[in-house]
Amino acid sequence: MLMLVCPYCGVTAEETEFAPGGEAHLSRVGPDGSDEAFEAYLFARANPKGVHLERWRHAYGCGKWFLAARCTATLEVFGTYPAQSKGPPPAVLDRIADRRGAGAAARVGRGAPDAS
Amino acid sequence: MRLETGGRLIDRTRPLRFRFDDRWMTGLAGDTLASALIGQGRILMGRSFKYHRPRGPVAAGLEEPNALVTLGTGARAEPNVRATQTELFQGLRADSQNRWPSLAFDLMAANDLVSRFLPAGFYYKTFIRPRAAWKHLFEPAIRRAAGLGPAPKAADPDRYDQVYAFCDVLVAGGGVAGLAAALAAARTGARVMLFEQAPHWGGRAPVDGGTVAGGDPAGWVAAAVAELAAMPDVTLRTRATVAAVHDHGYVLVEERLTDHLGGGPGPRRRLWRIRAGRVVNACGAFERPLAFPGNDRPGVMLASALRDYVVNWAVAPGPAAVVVTNNDDAYRTALALRRAGISVPVIADARPAADGPLPQAARAAGIRVATGTGIAGTVGRGRVVAVQLCDAGGGGHVTETIPCDAVAMSGGWSPAVHLWSQPGGRLRWDEAGAMFVPDPDHPPTGAAGEPIVTCAGAAAGALRLPDCIASGARAGDPAAAAPPAEAEAEAPLLPVWVMPSGAGPRKRAKMWLDFQNDVKVSDVELAAREGYRSVEHTKRYTTLGMATDQGKLSNVNGLAVLAQALDEAIPRVGTTTFRPPFVPVTIGALAGEARGAVFQPLRRTPLHDWHAAHGAVWEPVGLWRRPYCYPRANESRADAVAREVLNTRRALGLLDASTLGKIVVKGPDAGRFLDMIYTGAMSSLPVGRCRYGLLCNEQGFLIDDGVVARLAEDTWLCHTTSGGADRIHVWMEDWLQTEWWNWRVFTLNLTEQLAQIAVVGPHARKALEALGGMDVSKAALPFMHWAEGTLAGIPARVFRISFSGELSYEVAVPADRGVELWERLVAAGGPLGVMPYGTEALHVMRAEKGFIMIGDETDGTVIPQDLGLGWAISARKPDYLGKRGQMRPALADPDRWRLVGLMTLDGSVIPEGAYAVGAGRNANGQTATEGRVTSTYFSPTLNRGIALGLIRRGPERMGEVLTFAAEGRRVQARIVSPVFHDPEGKAQDV
Amino acid sequence: MSDVTVTRATPQGMVTLKLPPGDVAWGPALAALGLSVPAVRRLERAGDRAALWMAPDEVLLLVPDPAAALAALAGPLAGAHHLAADVGAARVVFAVAGPRAREVLAKLCPVDLHPAAFPAGSARRTRAAQVACMLWAEAADDLRLSCFRSVEGYVADLLTLSADPAGSVGLFRA
Repeated sequence: MLMLVCPYCGVTAEETEFAPGGEAHLSRVGPDGSDEAFEAYLFARANPKGVHLERWRHAYGCGKWFLAARCTATLEVFGTYPAQSKGPPPAVLDRIADRRGAGAAARVGRGAPDAS
Repeated sequence: MRLETGGRLIDRTRPLRFRFDDRWMTGLAGDTLASALIGQGRILMGRSFKYHRPRGPVAAGLEEPNALVTLGTGARAEPNVRATQTELFQGLRADSQNRWPSLAFDLMAANDLVSRFLPAGFYYKTFIRPRAAWKHLFEPAIRRAAGLGPAPKAADPDRYDQVYAFCDVLVAGGGVAGLAAALAAARTGARVMLFEQAPHWGGRAPVDGGTVAGGDPAGWVAAAVAELAAMPDVTLRTRATVAAVHDHGYVLVEERLTDHLGGGPGPRRRLWRIRAGRVVNACGAFERPLAFPGNDRPGVMLASALRDYVVNWAVAPGPAAVVVTNNDDAYRTALALRRAGISVPVIADARPAADGPLPQAARAAGIRVATGTGIAGTVGRGRVVAVQLCDAGGGGHVTETIPCDAVAMSGGWSPAVHLWSQPGGRLRWDEAGAMFVPDPDHPPTGAAGEPIVTCAGAAAGALRLPDCIASGARAGDPAAAAPPAEAEAEAPLLPVWVMPSGAGPRKRAKMWLDFQNDVKVSDVELAAREGYRSVEHTKRYTTLGMATDQGKLSNVNGLAVLAQALDEAIPRVGTTTFRPPFVPVTIGALAGEARGAVFQPLRRTPLHDWHAAHGAVWEPVGLWRRPYCYPRANESRADAVAREVLNTRRALGLLDASTLGKIVVKGPDAGRFLDMIYTGAMSSLPVGRCRYGLLCNEQGFLIDDGVVARLAEDTWLCHTTSGGADRIHVWMEDWLQTEWWNWRVFTLNLTEQLAQIAVVGPHARKALEALGGMDVSKAALPFMHWAEGTLAGIPARVFRISFSGELSYEVAVPADRGVELWERLVAAGGPLGVMPYGTEALHVMRAEKGFIMIGDETDGTVIPQDLGLGWAISARKPDYLGKRGQMRPALADPDRWRLVGLMTLDGSVIPEGAYAVGAGRNANGQTATEGRVTSTYFSPTLNRGIALGLIRRGPERMGEVLTFAAEGRRVQARIVSPVFHDPEGKAQDV
Repeated sequence: MSDVTVTRATPQGMVTLKLPPGDVAWGPALAALGLSVPAVRRLERAGDRAALWMAPDEVLLLVPDPAAALAALAGPLAGAHHLAADVGAARVVFAVAGPRAREVLAKLCPVDLHPAAFPAGSARRTRAAQVACMLWAEAADDLRLSCFRSVEGYVADLLTLSADPAGSVGLFRA
């Protein structure tokens, strides 16, 4: 059972305080989207063995959604960061690069964070 | 037999009476059930699972596979308890298992006579045909013949509790390594928890000898425990087994609180749910049996176990014991036996030479040491009376037969790596020790990828006392100095997997690997011959290691035999997976207090007690309990529901609607946000007005509905279904936080803050007017409007909304004033014929009006358009959640099943879940269907059955008669409008 | 004399206040009630009033008179994007006090309640067995647990079981 740090509370809590929310950084496709784009938005998921960016909600805490970079094979957590981000922040990417190599960090890096 | 002297754990001044099967016996305080039985001359304690062979204890601790008993009687009976771990108490009652009619005379032992015909995989091969016979004939018969103890049928009367705990260092095992680790860690100021499964500290060291800090190990153990106990942030527990180490340092420990007392006032057991910064596994090692013919005969034990019985409890099977070994450690048993006055006629050592200090000490004590010698067989019925010696490297030609009462065997040791391996630590094969040891280069890792388990002492392969205690101290604190310790040097062991090594098939069929499940060397070799190469497959085919002991004694021997048969190296064959728990954990401990009244949270509305006092019968709605109806004396539920419906339609009904979700949405962007969340337009709703809204997921499917009221220019109140309050609030926050995070909107779930009462029926207005305080006239408060004010002196918000088709007000007041309002309404409504009504009347009335219910008419595949709710979708809006999904071709298919009303031709009620039978067959060859019933009731208003259903092109087929099939009968029903009652809606808009 | 007492506190007035994180109105709004803005997962108390940190954009105010508190907040909040609401009837508060208080709560909440990890003035939301709750420490051995009113009976039953002296664990004792 995981331990995660809520970036809003700063609290380290066990998994039963959180609710998972699937893959992070999906872009919503609205009425203008093509069938292919909409299908990808609804159904296509990376499901990697390795570094995964995912959504979590501090359900029994502050109620906030946040994002986590986690290894699905070893359960190592490289960091958590606010949901209002376009991609993992530099500190998380550095940690991924440090632990899994620059290639792994590059695969999940999506540019500068957008957190406020 | 009980020895005249000795026994470091027993109190000879305190005899205890206990009953085994139907005989009362006497043991001593400090005994285990196994030691007490041995003390009484009882070696036979159980029968094996498959062949029902007689079995005695082979071990003295938690690894015991044979001596399983049912402890206690009646509801407290607990099957499959290890007698070797059961502490004796006054009045203990235990029963042997897996025998019929009695342990000594077991008819099923005939299985043993045909064991040649019951090899590995026998069941798979034999009971294949006819297929039905497996379920009805073979399996029940086999289960009867081969069961362990039966589970009690009555509810467990004992309490169990759980506690969450946190520590920096958790040490599993209170032997000298664990104590050294705990001391070293605690001296750094760390928060330390130390758990020992046995009732006493020290592990093997006090039995095995040597010195620590210049004295008896027991003295050092006592001093270490005293020092730890005095530290404020150290938690020490005996009788507490570390059952599991999970991801990120999550550790489960089962503590036995009252078992050793035979019960007590508090919880019987406690499950500790611990987060440990790191774990030190100091669980020791398990001695391995030797696979020689007849090694399962009662009286044959592990050498360390016989040593424990003699030293700890002063009991032994008899006055003479033969030792058979491949290592020096077993000589300690021979020496301990001699010191206790038990004769050791011979030590059979498979090695060609034995010249270390321990063998020399044995010879000096006058014990005969026969090197290069093995055992060709054991003699005895029900218990061993002699062993047959042979050349350890030969085929088993008997050279000598030696009478004895016990055989102490040692095939070396296997570190207890379970707590290392469970969370993913890898093992490596140690050639010198012929054992799997933790591979320090591949530890289990935690949240940050850091190693979270360290093995110490025998669990790390450090079997000798000085190494053991030093590795413990190091595991606790790398900088710690270990206490000085000394023990005899030991010569290397000789791996011996089959004894004698040249034994033929008949002898191999008598060499037990897994005692409980009756898996022999011949079974593993058969599996290899039949093509099983994977150790995991061989395990399942032969059942090796699948008994309640999970292969603690058998696994390494079994996979070594497999490796030999496959001509592979042992590390290439590998081990099976170590899964939690380390030892069985009582289900009650896993459940903890979650039983009875607190099995799950039960949510009560602010009016719950009133309902209970007025005879409500309950309907679970999620975790809520809502009144289903309020039956009067001698009234059936159906009659009560009919009365409540008719009274509400004709006079006045009150409904507790407090469970409805109530979410406030406020902010400059709230209107824009709600336009995205709801299919309809909420931003255009005027202040003071209410509008019915639908919520869809991105697939387009309907997920919730409810009335939205605009409270102020920037504030809306969203009602959800009773089950939807939390879910929809989370849904809103998800979109606000992760998609439209720049929109300035706050939400707040006020569901629990407000009691909500529906005042329904032709006299509803009169009832509110009687309370006074607000103008609730049609002019002041028209249909689908709301107003704020004071009713009967209570601050209230009144909504003119209707889920029944009648004149209806829903009144929301602070939850702590709900009862006050309800009682005022009951009083004021008395002259108006008021009656409370429950959820069933609510459902009947909404169905009579064709109003849909989330979860009845919807099932996650239904879109609003299917339900004739296209009017609640704003076509002008460029976007809302679900709009893109609803554009998919399948959701625009004119053949979709759509909502209609259904009336049976004979007036009966269609069974729930009935399907409309179509023409022909579907692609799977089943009868085709073209619709289904979603809601079905007896309508008191129409005095006949009515139903709502989803029918292919339903609204285009008005008047058509369909056949519905369910519950083995067929009913004909006509497609009609879903609005059965007051289609013009006159009643609600007055 | 018992080493832990569990009491259902008298009804406690509560107001939820939401403002954007770091909004300039936070200080004036709480000052209007004589309170300062609580730090993350902290409790700020001033006499019969207190502010509990709930989330970066949310504080729970414990006040004797919610209507008066809402009125006092109106001025400082004017013009600010905010949400303030009376929520006192939605919740109940249990006081768990005495040397065993932390241990009683440790049986229900997956939270490190060691006095060093959860000192006086700490506040956090978590769960008690199967329901959401709010925990705070008024003093080292005076802890409070607040839950929704619908599950008051469930939580009261759990606390009674947890506080049973026969089930004493012996944690957190110097």
